[in-house]
Amino acid sequence: MPDQKQMYDKGKVVAGLVIFVVLITFPFWYNHLKAAPAPQLELTKKAQAAKNCVRSKDYMKAEHMQLLDVWRESVVRNGERVYVNEEGKEFNMSLTNTCLDCHSNKAEFCDRCHNYASVNPYCWDCHIDNPKEKK
Amino acid sequence: MEKSRRRFLKVAGITALGVGAKPTWDVLASDSSHDASQPKVKKGDKALSAEQWAMVIDTRKFTSEEDLHPIIEACHKTHNVPDFLDEEHEDYKPANKRHEIKWIWPEEYKHAFPSLENHHVNDRVKALPFLVMCNHCENPACVKACPTKATFKRDDGIVLMDFHRCIGCRFCMAACPYGSRSFNFRDPRPYIKDRNPEFPTRMKGVVEKCNFCAERLAVGKMPACVEASNGAIAFGDLNDHESEVSKWLSENFTIRRKPGLGTGPALYYIV
Repeated sequence: MPDQKQMYDKGKVVAGLVIFVVLITFPFWYNHLKAAPAPQLELTKKAQAAKNCVRSKDYMKAEHMQLLDVWRESVVRNGERVYVNEEGKEFNMSLTNTCLDCHSNKAEFCDRCHNYASVNPYCWDCHIDNPKEKK
Repeated sequence: MEKSRRRFLKVAGITALGVGAKPTWDVLASDSSHDASQPKVKKGDKALSAEQWAMVIDTRKFTSEEDLHPIIEACHKTHNVPDFLDEEHEDYKPANKRHEIKWIWPEEYKHAFPSLENHHVNDRVKALPFLVMCNHCENPACVKACPTKATFKRDDGIVLMDFHRCIGCRFCMAACPYGSRSFNFRDPRPYIKDRNPEFPTRMKGVVEKCNFCAERLAVGKMPACVEASNGAIAFGDLNDHESEVSKWLSENFTIRRKPGLGTGPALYYIV
């Protein structure tokens, strides 16, 4: 049968493939196919009292970094420092004086999610890391 | 067989075009900038504006370096400028001089105005401390040198820095003929005594300089040094003939630093 294709070193190839698949899926089965639980964030009293952030909670959750990027560009380059949100409420576009004034609990708010998502933003190198909290 | 495949491809192509056109059309058709419910950015109501901010320093009102200290302190405190030369600091070393960060500082006449150097300057000017800082040039060399556009000139004449964008290459420091820029060789935070919580600090690896108090102008305040000077410094719009700087300039003889370089400093000195 000349058409019949022969697989050479079948045992080795299959074994190799199995090892490869096991290795590549290591992170999944190591964690028993379960995702780590999403972190619980704590809001400061001030943030709770304010009820609403600059934008909706879902937007802030997903897009706060883009928002901050737009703010930076607007404040530094164009000198436009007031943000008017969808409801017509005005905010001073300042990470230091607006965002971190309410969200002054870096460890329970910012860090928990950032650690969970394994991102290391260095905003706090310059923008206040709550001077009340001694490092 | 051949014919039907051809037909199939044609129909599929046209369908793909049609399906793809819809989202593109939606994006092009929606002009969100006129939508009232969209968030907007704007300048503050109290923000001061000008065509070209400028400063006139009346050096006749200063007699010794002591007179400049409150002004320098006001600036450095407002902007969280570290003091590496604080001898009381636990990590103080004389070598810290190399790391000094300067936004505004005193300078002798011969160093501030080397191109106007005269062997026989009168005693008053020879002994006078000149307050120097970033000149916010009309034609800034630092802006041209910056490879990342971290330094730029605003429409109101302020030469500003976006610290986020600075990669610390220090080309601007080499380009600036006035030595107005300082590099953060180390983390400045431990050397800031009373941190102003309303202004960010800087981090290791970025260049910094005077920002003409852009953040204060935005809320309708005069620069910190002008406020602390007891009327020895005027600040205003160079192109506005009614402004204080214009009046001072028309009534007094003024000099600028290194005018021959063509940078066009916006700082004028009455001597």
